[in-house]
Amino acid sequence: MNKITFRLNNKDVEVFASPTKRVLDILRNQFDLFGTKEGCGEGECGACSILVNNKLINSCLLPLGSIEGKHVMTIEGLSATKQGIMLRDAFALEGAVQCGICTPGMMMASHALLSINPTPTIDEIKIGLSGNLCRCTGYNMIINGVLRAAKDGDGLW
Amino acid sequence: MVKHFIPTTLNEALSILHEHKCDIIAGGTDIMVQRRTWADLPREFDGTINIINIPELQRISEDENNVYIGATASLTDVCNHKSTPELLKKSIFEIASPALRNIGTIAGNIANASPAGDTIPILYLLDAMIEIKSLSTSKQVPIKDVIIGHRKTSLHHDELITTIIIPKKEFTSTSFVKVGGRKADAISKLSFTGAYIKQNDKITDIRMVFGAVAPVMVRDEIFEASLHQKTPKEINDELNDIIAHYTTLIKPIDDQRSNKQYRKQVSLNLLKDFIHSL
Repeated sequence: MNKITFRLNNKDVEVFASPTKRVLDILRNQFDLFGTKEGCGEGECGACSILVNNKLINSCLLPLGSIEGKHVMTIEGLSATKQGIMLRDAFALEGAVQCGICTPGMMMASHALLSINPTPTIDEIKIGLSGNLCRCTGYNMIINGVLRAAKDGDGLW
Repeated sequence: MVKHFIPTTLNEALSILHEHKCDIIAGGTDIMVQRRTWADLPREFDGTINIINIPELQRISEDENNVYIGATASLTDVCNHKSTPELLKKSIFEIASPALRNIGTIAGNIANASPAGDTIPILYLLDAMIEIKSLSTSKQVPIKDVIIGHRKTSLHHDELITTIIIPKKEFTSTSFVKVGGRKADAISKLSFTGAYIKQNDKITDIRMVFGAVAPVMVRDEIFEASLHQKTPKEINDELNDIIAHYTTLIKPIDDQRSNKQYRKQVSLNLLKDFIHSL
């Protein structure tokens, strides 16, 4: 057991746990942040995507020790921002959400992409979301959601 | 008592490795899957040292002769850095997905020593030297002497990969082809990388590396040297002999990703394409 301190959705927090626990489990079980999902558990589906120091990371592969002193943002944190609200509305308008299990990860990946590239092309969106699987939509609506967020949210990213 | 360490300086890390036998965690993208347990249980380790929070290991720089890549610079940072050789950028861009590249490291790719590691063939091709340190020693070892077998390295338990040193070299042309099940998040079925220098219609340097078709990368420098000073036409005339030579070196296996016959045939086809392109 080690004490790990980090910033979680803009609040300073500390946990006592093994540094080899997955950040995914810490978020869900110690902080009740259930928006971060476990899909494959091996970094192939992106359902557990979070931001660590503004970088997209799969929390199922991330040992707790790696986030010491860093800033973690989950879908709950993103949802409270203007960018998060813009993405949510754009996804809803484009029908980008069906069963919803991939949606938090898709939104985190979309936000990470738009933060680097506020006006992505369709191909750039496909690369930006290439680590996120969706088994319902066929992706077109999600890509349209990102395009809409980029357009309607012009200036936010 | 299981101990876990999260050092923030290289010296601290080397002292810990000197005193404790630990599993080294960099990005964790391989080891966290290999040591899987049920959800919410810690991964199964006897003791770990997490080296991802050491700024000294994340630097990328260059001088006249070499590019120096810190062991735990993220693949994304390596890919975006102006000093990184284009061929290495190309292979990194085909690894996994943005989220994986944000945390995965080249040192992890080396230490994991998978035959399917995608930066490894490029490091072989570019004659990369690996800087390895322990508390009292520092050495530079050619990549082929670091990876000595399937998932096997020559690293001692008190040693840490600190820098990947890539000699600068201008090639006439380079190629990297990864064959995987899909574009993103695919582990290579096989890969091929080649490079050559052509001067006055003579090949003065030619290199070919095959990935994921043997326990370690396949590169035969003595055979490559036998092709030097020949014209592309002369080399193409020897194509059957070249293919026969590599047929004996390529020894793929059947696994969940592909099978022997496919791996071998496609590798040889890629070799043929490369020779035709000279």
